Amino acid sequence: METDKSRIGSFLFNRSVQGVFYQLITLGLVALGIYYIVTNTARNMLERGLASGFHFLGVESQFDIGMTLIEYSPTSTYFDSFIVGLLNTLLVAGIGILFATIIGFTVGIMRLSSNWLIAKIAEAYVEILRNIPLLLQIFFWYFAVLRALPKPKQSLELYDSFFLNNRGLFIPDTVFGEGSSIIFYLLWLTIIISIGIFIWAKRRQNRTGERFPAFYVSTALILGTFFISLAVTGFPVSFEYPELKGFNFKGGVKLIPELVALTFALAMYTASFIAEVVRGGIMAVSKGQTEAAKSVGLKQNLILRLIIIPQALRVIVPPLTNQYLNLTKNSSLAAAIAYPDLVLVFAGTALMQTGQAIEIIGMVMGVYLFLSLFTSLIMNLFNRFMKVDGER
Amino acid sequence: MSAANKEIRPPVIELGVMGWLRKNLFSNWYNSLLTIFGLYFLYILIPPLVNWIFLDANFVGSTRDDCTNEGACWIFIQQNIKLIFYGLYPTEELWRINFVYLILFISGVYLLIPNLKHKGWVGAFLLIVFPIICVVMLSGGLGLEAVETRLWGGLFLTLVIAGVGIVLSLPIGVMLALGRRSKLPVVSLLCTIFIEIWRGVPLITVLFMASNMFPLFMPEGVNFDKLIRALIGVMFFSAAYLAEVVRGGLQAMPKGQYEASQAVGLTYWRMMALVILPQSLKMVIPAIIGSFIAIFKDTTLVLVIGLFDFLGIIQFVGTNPDWLGFSHEGYVFAAAVFWVFCYAMSWYSQRLEKKLDTGR
Repeated sequence: METDKSRIGSFLFNRSVQGVFYQLITLGLVALGIYYIVTNTARNMLERGLASGFHFLGVESQFDIGMTLIEYSPTSTYFDSFIVGLLNTLLVAGIGILFATIIGFTVGIMRLSSNWLIAKIAEAYVEILRNIPLLLQIFFWYFAVLRALPKPKQSLELYDSFFLNNRGLFIPDTVFGEGSSIIFYLLWLTIIISIGIFIWAKRRQNRTGERFPAFYVSTALILGTFFISLAVTGFPVSFEYPELKGFNFKGGVKLIPELVALTFALAMYTASFIAEVVRGGIMAVSKGQTEAAKSVGLKQNLILRLIIIPQALRVIVPPLTNQYLNLTKNSSLAAAIAYPDLVLVFAGTALMQTGQAIEIIGMVMGVYLFLSLFTSLIMNLFNRFMKVDGER
Repeated sequence: MSAANKEIRPPVIELGVMGWLRKNLFSNWYNSLLTIFGLYFLYILIPPLVNWIFLDANFVGSTRDDCTNEGACWIFIQQNIKLIFYGLYPTEELWRINFVYLILFISGVYLLIPNLKHKGWVGAFLLIVFPIICVVMLSGGLGLEAVETRLWGGLFLTLVIAGVGIVLSLPIGVMLALGRRSKLPVVSLLCTIFIEIWRGVPLITVLFMASNMFPLFMPEGVNFDKLIRALIGVMFFSAAYLAEVVRGGLQAMPKGQYEASQAVGLTYWRMMALVILPQSLKMVIPAIIGSFIAIFKDTTLVLVIGLFDFLGIIQFVGTNPDWLGFSHEGYVFAAAVFWVFCYAMSWYSQRLEKKLDTGR
């Protein structure tokens, strides 16, 4: 009797038995919750006469989009509108990341400057911009700056080729004539050869200790081939400048004000975070590294290139990628100023017209989720690759 | 005494103001160039800004016609101050909001003053009694007239959303973090999926989901208020971010702390509540406050689902035909208010970090 009881007791208080029990309860609760939501949703959708499924993607969308990177018209399908929105999101994210990186690195390095004034200006930039909501900054650039610009006739201009007015930013377009494809192929070819030169130079240095000026040679190769091929083919690449015709500009590339404002705000805001990442990364390289490098006789530029930057990058890259991801996600604020990004086009207009809330929001969230999971996968690989032996 | 022993003063040029200027601004030719460039930059930026905001600005008057000076027209803000701070909340009920502010202010000050007794009780009051007071006072009940949430707006709404988001997301975040670190695979997997989904999508899609999909999830007849839907969205979103912050703290705890607590026979929950969480939360306080700042800034997004928070109402006031064309003033004012709140939080977090840095 006594032993039986204790056997049951030891069974009930066994750690792993308890574990299985708790997990079953959790799983049961979650399943119940999902079942509850699914049945409610199914009934609600039945009542509203909504058919679930993705058939709507093949239907004509019947709405137009202000800015498209691919062929699109109201007769295109909802799926086309999804692609248009996605491309617009990627476009604004790409340009934003480029500028945010440039501004962010500049400001981050400025904050470490030995010049007191420059360091303080950079600090003020960071402290002001990162403490003001991004949406407010986007509104400011869009409504208070770009919408308040003069009409096309009184545009602000730069070198007669860049024009800024309340219709947007007009920049020259590159026109590729006949024979320009040859130049592109040659460019790619020289780039591949240069990579080969770098690998060969590195191997040779490891083997013999002799240095080869790979950087200068490959730069000369790429630029030389580029210009010679340009001259030989008779300069098939030309620029088309925007021109004022009537009340608006014709020719060139037109960047709509929504795009300009959004890119500007995203770049300036994210740059304030990138600046902190860069500063932290450089400060994380201990002073002893610089001193040790000096004592073995490395020159200043080599200390930077071979000692400081590689170590700083290991610290900088993961949070930097995180900032890029944040910028991409923040580009969804486009919806507030009517830049036709994925959220506005698909989760806005298309959702309103079709009422397919679950499918559409699911697809939009899926895109962002894919981007962030993909990024963290790359980051994990990067961290594994960069791990120094013997480190925790 | 030989001359060598005599104290030699450094040259004048390395001392005092001169020395400081030389060392920090004009140490070599390109530093001097940078300084001059920086001064020029400040010269083209600061004077026009100061003129616009203060010197040439209009402060007295009641209509736009009183704005005769070149600079900013702050009359625009003055005339709409009630809308900007309280939204469409009925004027005769405003004392209720102010009363809540007053309680919050008094207890906040009490908690901030060092060396006072009964801080625990005040804290408990803030966490348990105060929310009930808020709900009753703000939305009505117990003899107070009901005020619908669609009338809530302005800075008041921003503070409500940020406050609820901050207070509710922290415990949920801690639970999610513990769940993710759990040894039970099912619990850990579910928490990981939950956290990664919310962290992987932008808040704006979460709000779209909250306003479009939540109604579909509910049984017939149950209809959530728009504000509550937004609050639920903000709460889960920030809980996921906080969970990752807290997890960072948990991971940084030395293994010995876990083993020691188990050795003295603490159960899982007692070990977490008494040993692990107090230490690891302390470690990540700066990051937690960083998340709070992010929540506060993110509340502005609720305007895309039609709630008039601080920024939303300023946008809205700017479309009033009587006050067209004063968007600059509105944005500058909003930016200043947001900046003060966020900077105060980050300043407080730095102070706290120093105070809690009780050497290890």
